[in-house]
Order: sequence, then structure tokens, then C-alpha cells
Amino acid sequence: MWGFLSTEILFFGGILCGYTVYRLLYPQAWVHGSELNSLWLGVAMTVVLLASSLTMALAVRAAQLGRSNAIVGFLLITIALGLVFLSLKAYEYYGHWVHHLIPGFNFSGYQAPDQHQVALFVVFYFFLTLLHAAHMIIGVGVLSVIAFLAHRGRFSAIDHGPVEIVGLYWHFVDIVWLFLFPLLYLVGAHQ
Amino acid sequence: MTTEVRSVRFYVSVFLALLVLTALTTSVAEVDLGALNSPVAMLIAATKAALVALFFMHLRWSGYRIRFAAIAGLLWLSLMFAFVLGDIATRHIPQQPSGWSNLTGGQASSNPATPLN
Amino acid sequence: MTNPEWIAGAPSPPSYLNNGYGWRSWFLTTDHKRIALLYLISITGFFFLGGFFAMMIRLELLTPQPDLLQSDTYNKFFTMHGVIMVWFFLIPSIPTVLGNFLVPLMIGAKDLAFPRLNLLSWYLFIIGGIVAFSSIVIGGVDTGWTFYTPYSTTYSNSHVIWMALGIFIAGFSSIITGLNFIITIHTMRAPGLTWFRLPLFLWSTYSTSLILVLATPVLAITLVLIGLEKAFGIGIFDPALGGDPLLFQHLFWFYSHPAVYIMILPGLGVESELISTFSRRNVFGYKYVAMASVAIAVFSFLVWGHHLFVAGQSVYIALAFSFLSYLIAIPSAIKIFNWMATLYGGSISFETPMLYALFFVGLFTIGGLTGLFLAALGIDVHVTDTYFVVAHFHYIMVGGMVVAYLGGMHFWWPKISGRMYPERFGQVSAFLIFIGFNLTFFPQFILGYLGMPRRYHTYAEGFQTLNVMSTAGASILAIGYVLPLFYLAWSFFRGPLAPANPWGATGLEWKTSSPPPTENFEETPVVTGETYRFPVREETLV
Repeated sequence: MWGFLSTEILFFGGILCGYTVYRLLYPQAWVHGSELNSLWLGVAMTVVLLASSLTMALAVRAAQLGRSNAIVGFLLITIALGLVFLSLKAYEYYGHWVHHLIPGFNFSGYQAPDQHQVALFVVFYFFLTLLHAAHMIIGVGVLSVIAFLAHRGRFSAIDHGPVEIVGLYWHFVDIVWLFLFPLLYLVGAHQ
Repeated sequence: MTTEVRSVRFYVSVFLALLVLTALTTSVAEVDLGALNSPVAMLIAATKAALVALFFMHLRWSGYRIRFAAIAGLLWLSLMFAFVLGDIATRHIPQQPSGWSNLTGGQASSNPATPLN
Repeated sequence: MTNPEWIAGAPSPPSYLNNGYGWRSWFLTTDHKRIALLYLISITGFFFLGGFFAMMIRLELLTPQPDLLQSDTYNKFFTMHGVIMVWFFLIPSIPTVLGNFLVPLMIGAKDLAFPRLNLLSWYLFIIGGIVAFSSIVIGGVDTGWTFYTPYSTTYSNSHVIWMALGIFIAGFSSIITGLNFIITIHTMRAPGLTWFRLPLFLWSTYSTSLILVLATPVLAITLVLIGLEKAFGIGIFDPALGGDPLLFQHLFWFYSHPAVYIMILPGLGVESELISTFSRRNVFGYKYVAMASVAIAVFSFLVWGHHLFVAGQSVYIALAFSFLSYLIAIPSAIKIFNWMATLYGGSISFETPMLYALFFVGLFTIGGLTGLFLAALGIDVHVTDTYFVVAHFHYIMVGGMVVAYLGGMHFWWPKISGRMYPERFGQVSAFLIFIGFNLTFFPQFILGYLGMPRRYHTYAEGFQTLNVMSTAGASILAIGYVLPLFYLAWSFFRGPLAPANPWGATGLEWKTSSPPPTENFEETPVVTGETYRFPVREETLV
């Protein structure tokens, strides 16, 4: 599983590399771009995701102890928190849509000399968060399956590999967000 | 994989540490530290990531193979960053190239062949 | 040469081949050996498709004028040739066919760690192949296999998105295969098979898998960026909107230079097996050869910038890349010299696989040495985008990789099919390939040095003689490739039955019957010594 995660590191890493290049080239536009995002929404999403990681870790702990009901309970909370995160994300996207801040469709919401560069930031914003959200959606799907299996009593203290693996995946997606948050929301917070 | 089970209190305290760091990075971001802005932000993010990886993902108690796999990805990523940024940082890029409008208009450059260097 | 069971002559002992005949038993199989055969058939199809495009290119270049193909068609043909050969033949060839077949056999396991993922990877490969192929049907792509921006994203009117999608899907097939191999080699080795007892083929497969897992995701993400840029014009690679086209080249070659080593490393592994077996000697400096594979895998990530020497990257970083590119020569040379030392004093026999192995050494050395020219900043500026580069990488890819692949196919064919191929035909086609190959590509070194640029369908009159030689060579090469297709297919059904170990080789895969039973080994083998233990020479002679 960790092998797969290093693949994922490079998957996101490729885009982050692009992000960094353009951030170095256009530092000011990056500041302006990140001001388009709501800081408090970003904080809220971070907290929700961290909480889901906690419940995920507790679900794995429950699996280690062989408590099926506790696994199901913690997984359901994790799924719920994941859905809260995704709804916040959707709400945020809706805001961008309303304010015409979607490059490629309609980017008339931001008019300034550095419009193209800011558009680049927003492109990276969308690409990174969409990719992250896609991982979340897959994660929620897999978690549901695992929760169902746990409900059927599939896992025991000795045999609970799938719970640990999906846990690793979920934490990884969380870690990605931990980096995205300062990169996408905090760049321009001091102004 | 791990055999020892950690206590709930342990996981909750890791979570609380993560919350504190989130609050810290958000409030630090409100202050303009000049060139230190993003290093500080990335340092805090890396600390948080390390907390999640070491304790939630049990990397702290994993065997060498798993650590190897985890580190390999990061190492290769840093290679990519090192070289690409090495290029960007030492390359001369005109901010507003004069002549781009001609080029992107689909015409060939009006200048005769540019020297290779 | 004796296998008691075989001599006792039960009509057909149970093997993976006669374990079920229905389509389900093939298309829903999780047996790594059957999946290897599925891959074999699919990549052979892609090979001849790519070969067809190559042949059309060579025919067009017979004369300086455009007569067979017009410029647009020509652009599409060399693009299709590159895309198909790189992603749908070279990269999957040895890992998915020989690797799938041999990794479990060589480590004494019943199957790979994740048999169902293995099947999934074949389906992904096929879906990717179909998507890429359909882009030909709906009109083709004309950007070259490298999809350089901003041409591919802004100006090209061809079906770049569709093609990128196909490669994206096939990329996941590579990642899954790579992960599967890594985990299998880590966790499923037979008792006693320590790391430094592993056959060298496994060392190189392992290194290849590392690259597959670490580089392919970057390609995937880059192709997604291309698709988005093409579809929405968002400006990531468009200088008019502030984008940096060079960033694409960086990301692309971060994958694609290591990909070159994905293609050649398995070939190096096959080579070690062949040379050791047919000179009946332990591989000289086993540990160094094994470590050289890993070193090549690591170094391969440090050199991609030598593709960008004239693209406008910083001169300082170009210098660094130039030096680092030289580093790759060290592990490659270690291998070459160790093979030489293995051959020295061995009792060499010239069966078909050995012919291929020896041709490989020569061709790979030429390819590698010309690579050093290209790594030198000054010379590269002179020959970039000329036929010199084309000749160089064909010496590595075709002269190295395809030759090693064919050598490996002949070597393990008795194990795969349970039948012997006709030896005489094998030797003839090996020689045809060697002669045809050199006639095709050696003139291209000269052409390139004289300044003939690649990717044009016309050229100056003065280049015609060398181009005619090259096209003539390509025709011989084509015959050399078609021959094995026929005699191997024939021998699959009609060839003489093969014993378990026709070559007197030492690997675990030769300890089981040919073809192996579905579960590979009746009982898990126990390894007690090093892999390459050949009896001393006197015994062999007796």
C-alpha cells in the first residue's frame, strides 16, 4: 500500500511542481489568486478533514481490538465528515461559479492587468482540489464497502488488513490537503 | 504492521496537536513575514503531515520496507523539484516578451534565425 | 536434458495450457502465465502495427520528393509509430510478457502477489490501446510522440486529447504491474532465495518496477494537464497566457527519460541470463551487475534535462544535466564489461538466444557510446533533432531492447509453449535482423551528422544514397521480424516437445516441467545456493 502511496505522492507532486514554478514566476499573482478563496472556509475544511482522520485512526484501532460495532460506528462518522468536507467544497465551487471565476469557461470575475497569471493560479486551485475531491469520493465509496463488510462481521483482531489499508489511503488524502491548505488559502492572508 | 494498540487518549492528543498547528499556521499567515511566509507555512504543513504519517498511519512503528516505500516517493519528488526549480531559478525569462503577440498570431518570427545560446 | 516424466510420456501432463479451453478460462484467468500470453498476443499486434507505420515512413524516405505520403500524413505516421512502439510495445514488452511469466517461476511462487490486479492491468492496457488506436481511426495525431507544447495544446488540429487519454489509461496498467512485481519480489521468494541469490533478470525487473511506480504518475498528470489545456485553453503551457511550455518538457521527460530505462533495463536482465547460460559460467561480478541495475534506475531520474539542451532551459542546469548524463555510462559499462568477463573462458555455444545476446552487446554498446556524444552539451547542439538522435535511440531501443526481447522469447519459448522452435530458422532470422538493423540505422548516424533533420518527409538530394540504404535495411529487418512470428506460431502447435530444461540453465523456472502446471511447482522449492551454479567445464563436456 505504501508503494501505491508513493505513486500518489508523485501524482500530486507533478502538479505541485507546476504550481511552484508559476508561483516563483508570478509571486504577486499568487497572492491575488489566493485572496479569491475564503480563508475561513479553508480552515473549516481542514478541521473537518483532521477530525475524519482521527475517527479513521480510531476505526483502525477498533479493528485491532476486533470490535466490529466500533469499526462500523467510527467508519460511519468518518464517511459523514468526508461528506461534510465535500459539501463545503461544492459550496466553495458554487461561489466561484457565481463570481465567474472559472478559467476556461468564464473568468470575467477578476479584471486586472495580471488576469492571466491569476487565472493560472485558479487553474491550479481547481485542478488540485478536484483531484483531491476525486480521491475523497473514491475514499468515501471504499469506506462504505468496508463499513458494510465490518457490519457483516468480516474483520477480526487478527484479520483486518482492508481496514488498515483504507485507513492509510484516507490519511494520505488528508495529508495532501494539509499541504493544499497553506498553498491555496494562506498565500495572500497577510494582506 | 503494528501489534501494539494505542490508547484513544493518544489519538485524541495527536488530533489536538494538529488543530493547534492549524490555528498556528492560519494566524501566522495573517502576519507578513516577507520571504519567510511560505517556508513557515510549509514547515508547519510538513509537521502536520509528519504527525499524521507517524502516528495515525503508524509509520513510527513500521518496518524498514514500509519506511523505504514512504521515503522513496518523497525523495523522487524532491529530485523533480530540485531540478525543475534549479532551471527556473537560473533561467532568464523576460517578463513581457516583446514579440509574443506576433508569434502567437501564427506567423513565424520576423527575426532571422536566433543564435543558439 | 532428461525429464523422467516427459520420457515416461503421459500424452499431455497437466499444464497451464491445457487447464481449460473456453474463452472464460483465458479472459477471466488470474494465472500469471496465461496473462503473459494475453499480453504476448496484444503487444505482438501493436508491434506489427507500429512496424507498419515505420515501413511507410522508410518507403516515403526512399526518394527526396514527397510521393508516397504528404506532409500531414507523414506527421501522423511518425507520431503513431512513436506512440505505439513506445507505450504499447517497448514499455510493456519484457516486463509484461517475460516478467509476468517468469517472476513467480523464478522466485518459486505460485503466482504474483495480486493475481486479479494483474488481470486488471491487462484490461487497462487493452482499453488504453483501443482508445489510442481509435484516435488513429478518427483522424490521427501529428505532434510526435512527445506532444510538445504549445504545438500540441494550441495549434495542432489533431486528436491529442483522445490519444493522451489512451496513454493515461495504459499508464495505470504499468503502475499496477510495477507494484505487483515489487510486492511479489519482496514477499513471496522461496525459502533460501535471498536477495543476492536472485536471478539477475529479477534484479532488473525490480529496478524497472521502481521506475514504473515512481515515474508513471508524473506522466499521467502531465497528460491530464495537456488534455485540460487543449480542451479549455487555460494557459498552463501557453506563453501567451503566462504559461511556460518548458514546464511541460520538464514534466514529460521526468517520466520519459526514466521510461527509456524501463525499456532497456529488462533487456539488460535477459542479457545476463542468456550470456551466463550459453557460456556455462557464473555471471562475473554478480553483485555489481545487480547493483548496476538499481543504480541505472536511480540515475535515470537525474538526467532528463539533456532532452532540453536546446529548448531554452538555463545553461547552468544544462551543465549539471550534462555531467549527470555521463554518470549513467558507469553502471551500463559495468554490465558490458562483466558480460565480457563472463564470456571469457566460457564454453560458448551459438544457439539462437545466444546469437541475439551477442548482437545485443554490440548494438547496445554502439547505442550507448553515441549516447555519450549526445550527453556532451556542445555536440548535442549540433546534432539535436537530426537523424543522429534517431539512430542513437533506435540502437538502444531496437538494437538493444527488441533484440533482447527476441532473445528472451527464444530462450524461454520452450518453457512458455512446451515446444522447441526450429533452431535453423531462429539463427537465420537472428542474422537477418542483425544485418537489416545495421543497414537501416548505421547510415542514419551519418545522415544526422551531415545535418539531415528528423521528422521531415523530404530531404536534400544529396542524402538519397544513404536513405536508400536505410530503407533497404528496413526491408530486411521486416523479414527478420516476420519470420519468428510464423515459426514460433507453428512450433506452438507442431514443434517437438521440449524437456523441462533444454538449455541446462540453472534458474528455478527450469526445475518445473515445460509448460509448467497451473500451480507452477508441485511443492515449494527450497534454494540452497547461488543462482548461477554451473558445473566446472570438464563435466559439461562429458
